[in-house]
Amino acid sequence: MAERGLSLLVHDLRTGRLTRRQAVSRLIALGMSASGISAVLAGAAPRAARAAAGGRGASGVLKLLFWQAPTILNPHVAQGTKDYLASRVCCEPLLTVDEAGNFTPVLAANVPSRANGQVAADGRSVTYKLKPGVKWADGRPFTADDVVFTYQFVANKETGATTYSTYANVAKVEPVDPLTVKITFKAPTPAWYLPFVGGNGMIVPRHALDAYVGSNARNAPFNLKAFGTGPYVVDSFRPGDLVVYSINPNYREPNKPAFSQLQIKGGGDAVSAARAVFETGEYDYSWNLQVEWPVLQHMIAEGKGQLITGAGGGVEQIYCNMTDPNKEVDGQRSSVKAPHPFLTDVKVRQALALAVDRQTIAQQLYGLEGDATANVLTTPTSLASKNTKMVHDVAKANQLLDEAGWQRGPDGIRQKGGVKMQVTYQTSVNSLRQKEQEIVKAGWGQIGVGTTLKSVDAGVFFSSSPGNNDTYAHFYTDVEMFTSTFDSPFPAAYMGRFYSGDPAKDLAQKENNWAGLNICRWVDKQYNALYEQAQAELDPKKGADLWIKMNDRVVDQAVSIPLIDRKSVDAHSNSLDVGKNLSPFDVGTRNIADWRRKA
Amino acid sequence: MTGYIARRLLASVPTLVLISMVVFGILALAPGDPLGQFAANPDVPPEVRMNIRHQLGLDQPIPVRYVKWSTAFLHGDWGYSFASRVPVDRLILQRLPTDLWVVGSSYLVAVALAVPIGVLSAVKQYSVFDQIATTFAFIGFSLPTFFTGLLFIIVFSVRLRWLPFIYNVQVTDPLGMIKQAVMPVGVLALFNSASLMRYVRSSMLDHVGQDYVRTARAKGVVQRKVIVRHVLRNSLIPVVTLLALGLPAVFVGAVITEQIFRVPGIGSLLIASIQNSDTPVVMAITFVYAILVVLFNIVADVLYGLLDPRIRYG
Repeated sequence: MAERGLSLLVHDLRTGRLTRRQAVSRLIALGMSASGISAVLAGAAPRAARAAAGGRGASGVLKLLFWQAPTILNPHVAQGTKDYLASRVCCEPLLTVDEAGNFTPVLAANVPSRANGQVAADGRSVTYKLKPGVKWADGRPFTADDVVFTYQFVANKETGATTYSTYANVAKVEPVDPLTVKITFKAPTPAWYLPFVGGNGMIVPRHALDAYVGSNARNAPFNLKAFGTGPYVVDSFRPGDLVVYSINPNYREPNKPAFSQLQIKGGGDAVSAARAVFETGEYDYSWNLQVEWPVLQHMIAEGKGQLITGAGGGVEQIYCNMTDPNKEVDGQRSSVKAPHPFLTDVKVRQALALAVDRQTIAQQLYGLEGDATANVLTTPTSLASKNTKMVHDVAKANQLLDEAGWQRGPDGIRQKGGVKMQVTYQTSVNSLRQKEQEIVKAGWGQIGVGTTLKSVDAGVFFSSSPGNNDTYAHFYTDVEMFTSTFDSPFPAAYMGRFYSGDPAKDLAQKENNWAGLNICRWVDKQYNALYEQAQAELDPKKGADLWIKMNDRVVDQAVSIPLIDRKSVDAHSNSLDVGKNLSPFDVGTRNIADWRRKA
Repeated sequence: MTGYIARRLLASVPTLVLISMVVFGILALAPGDPLGQFAANPDVPPEVRMNIRHQLGLDQPIPVRYVKWSTAFLHGDWGYSFASRVPVDRLILQRLPTDLWVVGSSYLVAVALAVPIGVLSAVKQYSVFDQIATTFAFIGFSLPTFFTGLLFIIVFSVRLRWLPFIYNVQVTDPLGMIKQAVMPVGVLALFNSASLMRYVRSSMLDHVGQDYVRTARAKGVVQRKVIVRHVLRNSLIPVVTLLALGLPAVFVGAVITEQIFRVPGIGSLLIASIQNSDTPVVMAITFVYAILVVLFNIVADVLYGLLDPRIRYG
């Protein structure tokens, strides 16, 4: 009886027949406590206010602006981060992970671990329990079979999946029951969290892609009209321009997402993308603002938006070539058969590292967008070595070169045995990078090293075509600089750049079409031993130690001179709350269901 | 006349074949490939990269690829974009309406501005109006579109907050559509009308001094009728042919303006595809542009013959 009376009162309040004051006095008369009254009033607030407080679709349109436009929406044949960002609002992985390496379940019911028995002690398998009651956007249930299918799709070499390496160590994926899936690995590994986690681990539906495994993968309609278990489905897609999403009616959280429509627009340049958020407020969120710091500062001062930075944007580093780029052997330069005249001497490399003024580069050019670093491996933060020190010591550098026997010639450039210490230094065309080059060149000039600067168009520098001499893999210069990015808390792929266990496969050369990861052509038995150990070491602490040792070895040997630990830099308008969305191992739209307008 | 047209069309075929061969050759030999995005990403192993190249047909010799492309093109299959696997004709058709709306209307605005100003300039030669119009013409012509574009953005979007500066195809209400089209159309129209205005002016000046104009005036015809009915019609003949030659540019759009305002037209598609080495798209756009140029050249010549009774084609 009282309940019915209460619900009638709430109804009257909601429809406006009763004012709040009248309702409160009636509730007091009924003998309700203050907290009870406030609870009733909150629940009886007029529909609009209640919806704004957290109802699905109440907040209207959300607009995101990227300066690279998505071109394909299937996360496993995607071409770049922009495509992952666009597909991540529809598709979800089993777990997501932040920059410290902490996991949060998404489609999994919990995080597997040794403690709960889901991670096998022998490192050969991991079992995931899936969240019950999850549905695909078209209403069909999400089951372990879809996880199995995702693996089959990616593992098929004909598919040409760009996430292939992440699943390379998986032997099989089996459904134990509709809500449990077991992954077995080919070799025991500590990295049970490589497959199905983060940006590379999105699950795709079997019923949409079954007919498109293999060479037909690129023709699937799913690539242009993706849907998944995530909060949004694709409404319309204009490749290279705009993706429009509407709410997934079968999304598992009833009050989310807050926005009824999502638009992701792409194209143009980073500066105007920043302008759209900071100065005109036309867009709510902008991604990857590779804008020079002084320009960005000026825009932030307008006050319409906020800059957010996340760790793990990658490390900008200078790589030293162990081979001679000026000698041609067997139809290629930078051949493993032609060692470099002076960069093979560790003292020379260390001197070059000492003469680089990282702090100036960080402060003048990067500002909040990056920190000076002495480490090659910085993310996850638990693997960042504390054993290395950032040193800028020109006197010591000069001393090292003197000790190594390099005397200054009449033009100030050091020489020894008829060889002049003149380096060519290449990077991609990018005004910030060109400024970095100038600072480094000035530093090296102080120690008697002559530098010739070279810049190559980014589309060419980063291409993989074997016939082009200017790619980063050909490395036809003495040193080169670019950013290597992190993709997983297990840094095997990242640190693989210095590994040479199988020189014919690992060292970039003509015979393997310059596809080898080891572009420096550096062969170091100590590093190789550590790397192979880390691949098999199941104890996480011992494993972390090994990765740190590897980092220290690279830094000590100055094979790569790390400069800047870059942050991912995004911007959002003041009225948008995005929570903690950035992660180096997943993409910034991973928590888009939680984004909301601040009241 | 029909014989002339037929001969011209026939002669254009070998021209177009040669154009297609040259463009294809240049694109195939150019450095860069669609897999550049994966280079700094250690996640894509060599076998997968090779596989993708094979699927896209990039590992075959250039003449084989050319023959495949040209036979497909003649059958109406323009190929698929490497990046998004969308059929190229669908990509182009998606962007054509926006292109026509922005670039097409800028062309119309340019004509609507240039003709009256040019006429007035010529009639009132060396007057204050003429000096001002000429000065603006030179300014409009010398300032590049990326400069005027940025200037407009800073003035109208950032400072005054009157207009949005990012073009959004989702906007369908007429006021919104006009608001977001004003700046790109303005930038383009300013640039195009400048040169057009000077051309109209000089064409008018050629005719205003002619004997038949003096006769008309002596006959007592009103000055306005003399100018509009007699002089303008005659001086518009070369202008019309010039416009016909300029029409193919509407298809390719205005690349720089589209980049600045993020208008999803065919120009920005062309640039993005060149940067991503998306060869099928670049080939399709370039070749359609070549066809349009050749075709409109013929149209311009025919139009000239139709409008000017002094010219007759055998």
